[in-house]
Amino acid sequence: MSAESKDGRDQRVATVAATIAFVVGIGGGIAFAIVYSVGAETGWYTQALGGSLAVATAAIGIGSVIWAHKLMPHGPEEEERPFPGGNPDERAKMLATYDDSLEEIGRRRLLGRLLFAAVGVTGLASLFPIRSLGPSPFPERARTAWNRGVRLVTEEGHPVPVDELDVNGILTVFPEGHIHDADAQTVLLRVPSDIFEPLDGREDWSVDGYVAYSKVCTHNGCPVGLYQVETQQLFCPCHQSAFDVLQGAKPTFGPATRPLPQLPLAVDGQGYLIARGDYDVPVGPGFWTWPSAARQETG
Amino acid sequence: MIERLARWVDRRVGGSEFAEKKLTKIFPESWTFLFGEVALYCFVILVMTGTFLAVFYESSLVDTTYEGSYAPLRGVEMTAAYHSVIQLSFDVRAGLFFRQMHHWAALVFVAAIVVHLSRVFFTGAFRRPRELNWAIGVTLLLISLIEGFAGYSLLDDLLSGTGLRIAHAVMESIPLIGTWTTSLIFGGPFPGEYIMSRLFTGHVFLLPALLAGLIGVHLALVFRQTHTQFPGPGRTQRNVVGARLWPTYTAMSFGMFALTTAVLAALGGLVQINPVWYYGPYEPFIVSTGAQPDWYMGWLEGALRIFPAWEFTGWGFMLANPFFPAVLLPTLTFVVLYFYPALERTLTRDWGYHHILDRPRDRPIRTAFGAAGLSFYVVLHIAGAQDIIATQLNVSIVSTMYTLRAAALVVPILVALITYRWCRDLAGSSQRPARAGAEAEAAQPAPRPAPAYGHGASPAEEE
Ligand code: FES
Repeated sequence: MSAESKDGRDQRVATVAATIAFVVGIGGGIAFAIVYSVGAETGWYTQALGGSLAVATAAIGIGSVIWAHKLMPHGPEEEERPFPGGNPDERAKMLATYDDSLEEIGRRRLLGRLLFAAVGVTGLASLFPIRSLGPSPFPERARTAWNRGVRLVTEEGHPVPVDELDVNGILTVFPEGHIHDADAQTVLLRVPSDIFEPLDGREDWSVDGYVAYSKVCTHNGCPVGLYQVETQQLFCPCHQSAFDVLQGAKPTFGPATRPLPQLPLAVDGQGYLIARGDYDVPVGPGFWTWPSAARQETG
Repeated sequence: MIERLARWVDRRVGGSEFAEKKLTKIFPESWTFLFGEVALYCFVILVMTGTFLAVFYESSLVDTTYEGSYAPLRGVEMTAAYHSVIQLSFDVRAGLFFRQMHHWAALVFVAAIVVHLSRVFFTGAFRRPRELNWAIGVTLLLISLIEGFAGYSLLDDLLSGTGLRIAHAVMESIPLIGTWTTSLIFGGPFPGEYIMSRLFTGHVFLLPALLAGLIGVHLALVFRQTHTQFPGPGRTQRNVVGARLWPTYTAMSFGMFALTTAVLAALGGLVQINPVWYYGPYEPFIVSTGAQPDWYMGWLEGALRIFPAWEFTGWGFMLANPFFPAVLLPTLTFVVLYFYPALERTLTRDWGYHHILDRPRDRPIRTAFGAAGLSFYVVLHIAGAQDIIATQLNVSIVSTMYTLRAAALVVPILVALITYRWCRDLAGSSQRPARAGAEAEAAQPAPRPAPAYGHGASPAEEE
């Protein structure tokens, strides 16, 4: 008796709560429309849009959940499961029908094979246009826009005179005519001549303490642009690889495995820095055909 | 009205019997069944907000100069893609709101999928007859990750451009096809000519269509196979106990949809996300420090950071470093996910039908394995912020990395052992009350090897 009246009271409370919620929902919807129409000039436009829509939908949601939870039948009701499913007799019938159809087709065996071949050939042929998607990765992946005698230019396109950088200075440079080129980007550093010893075979790759390395990280290709002068290291911001400037930019920490390729430098008649050639290996991350690309480059 | 409509349809198409059955279909109720629903609602919100955004977005890498209302960027050279995003954020009414709501919905979408997948895993809901739906769910997760990354990359701001650069390197490291595939997809050497329009096609058309189709099949299978239920009084393998689809379950679901929308609207309006105007346009030579991808890519980012500097060259080919953490690891991850039901079936020799869910503690090995797996990805995720951790804690990046490497190997083993013990203890302590209760029969985990009920239960008849 008392339990029943408690149920009745619960239901009344739930009805009132859902009613309030839906009324708030209507208000929130109207608020959203008003905010959208007149609020664009206020500093809180985005917040007000989100807030009003959130209030409207939250009220609708709360009202619906109360209605479903408190006022709708909850059973619990029961339903039989169709599983373990499948009917072996029907399956056998289906397979038999299929076998019959095979017999029918089997009488025209040659036709069947020809159809198969025709569809196969046409299907394969229709894959060919995938090639139109893009150009061959070679030779672009094996070399960059650097060349013998090409001037180094800055981000703005100015050539770089030999006195451009102070000792321990750093500058991002590009081959003239290819500013902002992603693969040709290069860091130009000026290391103190007293501590710099060129690697064997690279004695004439640097000028006046200037060395140049590819700026494309050999790990994943991020720009290696953080230069720590005290340790003479270049850092990559993406996965924290470090490269030793004094040892041919050999990796000293992190996931990078190969040194940054070094760009051989020289000075032209007017006193501007130029490249003596392209990098001797492909720049940037490794890739499946890297070794053959590297050979293509040197060969 | 409804009556007239029903008559109209029934006379032409039929199906009243079917509809009647569906209206009275029973769904079991448990809050743990909610996550999949939330993912579905996020998808709906993503389609709606995404449609709005797509109308204003321009998928082009052509250079333009910004002259819009956001003063700090005026006069800056940028691609048309980034330009359209800045325009959308500052000069389209409600543009920023929908952009932020879309981004939040994407984050919650993937999160809901991951939690839902964990729920299904730890309760054993993937077991026969639901292996196919498990595989579809795993596919949905895979596509969602790609879809999310594609969307993030469309903005062409400094962070997303850096992410795309890394994706390029990862793609190039794929054995055999890497070099060519990458060049075809990007349309030339990085950044390529066509990448934005191709990402756009994928993000707004191809992948959402796949997602929508698979979600449809996923739900249809839940309908067809009926929902699993937790053990309880009156619940058996042969029945479903719960509330009717119409009206109770429908009203409940509608309410949940509205509440999901409310949370996403509040986030989209009140919590700033991905303020690309601060990052600036992408230039391949500009360094960005402290960059973080969206959360669901964090494990890959971490793996790239702490994987040792290995690279193998031979026979004229190279297995480049990114291959191991960013190609092999995700491949293995998804192989394990796809084949887990078959693996467990083989190891436990349990080929029976299971409509009653496990309590995780009753399956200590599975639970320990799952917890260990999750902890491994959490460690990787943390490693994705190793530079931030190092600066925040003021420790060297060197020791941070070695610690994280060790953690990635050790933590999962520890978690597995602890979880296993814990399950054993919990299961032991709850043995007696369970035996006394009326639900004892239903609560019992299927004995192993399970003498499954019904026909077709022996491995010999397995197809
Ligand atoms: S891209 Fe430089 S460390 Fe990964």
